[in-house]
Amino acid sequence: MIINTVTDKKQLSQDIARFEIYAPKIAAKAKAGQFVIIKHDSDKEGERVPVTLVDWDADKGTIVVIVQAIGKSTAMYNNLKTGDRFTSVVGPLGMPVEIKNYGTAAVVGGGVGIAEVYPIAKALKEAGNKVISVLGCRTKALLILEEEMKNLSDMTIVSTDDGSCGAKGLVTDAIQKLVDESNKIDVGFIIGPIPMMKFTSILMSKLGIKPYASLNPILLDGTGMCGCCRVTVGGEVKFACVDGPMFEGDLVDFDELSRRTGEYKDKEKLSFDLYKEKHICKSGLH
Amino acid sequence: MANPSAPRQKGIIQTPEERVKNFDPVVKGLTAQTAKAEAQRCLNCKNAKCSAACPVNVKIPEFISLVLKDDMGGAASKIMETSLLPAICGRVCPQENHCEGACILNGRFEPVAVGLLERYVADTAREQGVLKAPEPSAWTGKRVACVGSGPSSLSAAAELRRAGHEVVVFEALHDYGGVLRYGIPSFRLPREVISKEVETVQAMGVVFERDVLVGASVTIEELKEQFDAVYIGSGAGLPTMANIPGENSVGVYSANEFLTRINLLKAYKFPEVDTPVNIGKRVAVLGGGNSAMDAARCAMRLGPESVTVVYRRSLEEMPAREEEIHNAMEEGIKFEFLTVQKEILADEKGRVKGLVCTRNELGEPGPDGRRKPVCVPGSEFTLDVDTVIVAIGQKPNPIIPKKTKELKVTSKGVLEATEFGETSLKGVFAGGDIIRGGATVLLAMKDGIIAARKINEYLGVGNDY
Ligand SMILES: Cc1cc2nc3c(=O)[nH]c(=O)nc-3n(C[C@H](O)[C@H](O)[C@H](O)COP(=O)(O)OP(=O)(O)OC[C@H]3O[C@@H](n4cnc5c(N)ncnc54)[C@H](O)[C@@H]3O)c2cc1C
Ligand SMILES: Cc1cc2nc3c(=O)[nH]c(=O)nc-3n(C[C@H](O)[C@H](O)[C@H](O)COP(=O)(O)OP(=O)(O)OC[C@H]3O[C@@H](n4cnc5c(N)ncnc54)[C@H](O)[C@@H]3O)c2cc1C
Ligand code: SF4
Ligand code: SF4
Ligand code: FES
Repeated sequence: MIINTVTDKKQLSQDIARFEIYAPKIAAKAKAGQFVIIKHDSDKEGERVPVTLVDWDADKGTIVVIVQAIGKSTAMYNNLKTGDRFTSVVGPLGMPVEIKNYGTAAVVGGGVGIAEVYPIAKALKEAGNKVISVLGCRTKALLILEEEMKNLSDMTIVSTDDGSCGAKGLVTDAIQKLVDESNKIDVGFIIGPIPMMKFTSILMSKLGIKPYASLNPILLDGTGMCGCCRVTVGGEVKFACVDGPMFEGDLVDFDELSRRTGEYKDKEKLSFDLYKEKHICKSGLH
Repeated sequence: MANPSAPRQKGIIQTPEERVKNFDPVVKGLTAQTAKAEAQRCLNCKNAKCSAACPVNVKIPEFISLVLKDDMGGAASKIMETSLLPAICGRVCPQENHCEGACILNGRFEPVAVGLLERYVADTAREQGVLKAPEPSAWTGKRVACVGSGPSSLSAAAELRRAGHEVVVFEALHDYGGVLRYGIPSFRLPREVISKEVETVQAMGVVFERDVLVGASVTIEELKEQFDAVYIGSGAGLPTMANIPGENSVGVYSANEFLTRINLLKAYKFPEVDTPVNIGKRVAVLGGGNSAMDAARCAMRLGPESVTVVYRRSLEEMPAREEEIHNAMEEGIKFEFLTVQKEILADEKGRVKGLVCTRNELGEPGPDGRRKPVCVPGSEFTLDVDTVIVAIGQKPNPIIPKKTKELKVTSKGVLEATEFGETSLKGVFAGGDIIRGGATVLLAMKDGIIAARKINEYLGVGNDY
């Protein structure tokens, strides 16, 4: 088997796909909370795209990543098939999450963040924690890994913006309700869209739960070389790719993060539009 | 007969107006005819001062006489006896501080264009198919790992392979060459030249593995188990930020980020390629070294209204290569000397809208002999810019020392090493920017060669090959 080959590709929802990739060195080293940077050159130089290590199997030498198509590069990935190859997969990058017995851990995933938080939930469970999973997404069709999360969690709450599955509302409503119903929570791990991580962090600190949030700034090398992933945590500048990506959510400057991730909006749109014109219409997707 | 008074050849140079619109080489290099003419200017000195001033002592008069005999293969081999990457050194060495600065012709005439001749020889020998990679000796049964693929590891790897070891280079990025690839732009060093030099090392039998971040994908400890010795040439890839308010505003780049987007990921071709880069209307570049010049000149080629270099000392103290400062000025880049950044101002959306600076004057000389800049009270002013590129230096990336407790680092974050590259960990050697904290391509190469020879001794095979 050639390194970086997609050994299995599955569509989990319209825009979200699961890739099992042959990368034995990474599979042997991966820990919960770490990520890889993948790159796919079609005819031209591709982008370096960070994605979380969702699962890994050291014996098979494979890793699993779950990717949501939101722009040119991720849409291109989602058009790949089993047997295709990524040009590059480098990792495992970033600091692993500190896994120990915290007591009761709330694991909060929003959208594709559910996939990203899955390995942390799994490791926390194995370390003896009581795990409460809170899964949020816009609508039922976008909900992923519900079964997997239910199987490993002591309690699972689903909430959708439109009420098409689970409770109607936001994950913050669900967490408030859990606490109101006298569930004692010691720590929270949150991965999802920036506003969700921001407001969940605020709520958790108010409720006396230590929040940890996995930040998603724009990354380039992922090795600490370029500084493009600068985030402010507790008034200090950190490089998310080497110091994180998980940080104390109550100390993160989410507004700055949000501004910085929007840096290339116009260019990203242009790139995606050009791609759609060329590929997606032809292949009949969307 | 030598003809030192003939005008120094300059190669074909794109006009400033032309070249700010492209990323093609600024200098096209010598032709067969101009190379000969330049070679004829050399006096073929007995105790050649130029060679003595070159950190790796390239046999300059010897290779120049071979140019006159049209023996490009011989000339290239002569250079490669001491410098394994001639096409690169000829382009990026600060020749004014080394070979050309010491040329006997200085004073009466202009120095011999050693750099241009060196690159001409390497390029032409390669074109003619007569550039020969050094022949590796028979396998010693030993294996050596080199971390990083910058000039330091490349030259260490080549030298180690030449001694007959099996050598594997591990590179964190998806392409090889280190700063040559991600920092130095194609208009100074075409990408094909780097690739060709890497191919030469590959042709010797050195194995290259990319996408391997040592310290994360594999540890130094593990490399020590798998190999008989390890050479760390991981460079100085950690940007120093200015630590001023507003530095996380949208529109502030480190030079590393800006240059990596453009040079490694070719963002200047966006949207043809996938990685974008932004350039505003008015750009400020902080710093005065090679990174600052490269960032300013790359920025200029993306078409802003203006690019201004802000440097805290004066022109004389600028550490960048002389030719590049000259080129930058010709290209219309403005300079604010004796000026220091204080704060980056941002608008309500967090985007850069200005750079607050103060003026300096030069005070008493410091311990390094350079006069210290001192702030002039009340000299504050604001530059109207919307993009800021911070190019004030870099430090070694801490990933390896952090993950390898036994490796000692100095207070500056560089690895502790002897003059032969021996670190505090037995069997682990280091050189280049990881021990110097930011130097030159040639010094990084030299470290690689010296350490390789020490590794040969350590492995008990000696240096007679
Ligand atoms: C540590 C980390 C882990 C991540 N894990 C996952 C994951 O498991 N699954 C998943 O689907 N996504 C994950 N992401 C997000 C993913 O990297 C982006 O969605 C992707 O880069 C978008 O690229 P694009 O070209 O398709 O879209 P674009 O149109 O280029 O970008 C859309 C948005 O994605 C973000 N983005 C763009 N480029 C980058 C970049 N180079 N690095 C980071 N963000 C960028 C920006 O906010 C941008 O507005 C992760 C991000 C980080 C930092
Ligand atoms: C923009 C710029 C312009 C310059 N211009 C000039 C010039 O004109 N002339 C000149 O003489 N000098 C110049 N310099 C300085 C010169 O480039 C450096 O001194 C030289 O490249 C150092 O070589 P090196 O091999 O030690 O490290 P680098 O060139 O930095 O290479 C190190 C390599 O190691 C890799 N690496 C790092 N960590 C790891 C790890 N943990 N695992 C695996 N791989 C790793 C990096 O990705 C990189 O590829 C310039 C520097 C910069 C930044
Ligand atoms: S290696 Fe550099 S310093 Fe030495 S002779 Fe060549 S150009 Fe000059
Ligand atoms: S010092 Fe100048 S003239 Fe003498 S050998 Fe060197 S390059 Fe030629
Ligand atoms: S992505 Fe470059 S330093 Fe973090």
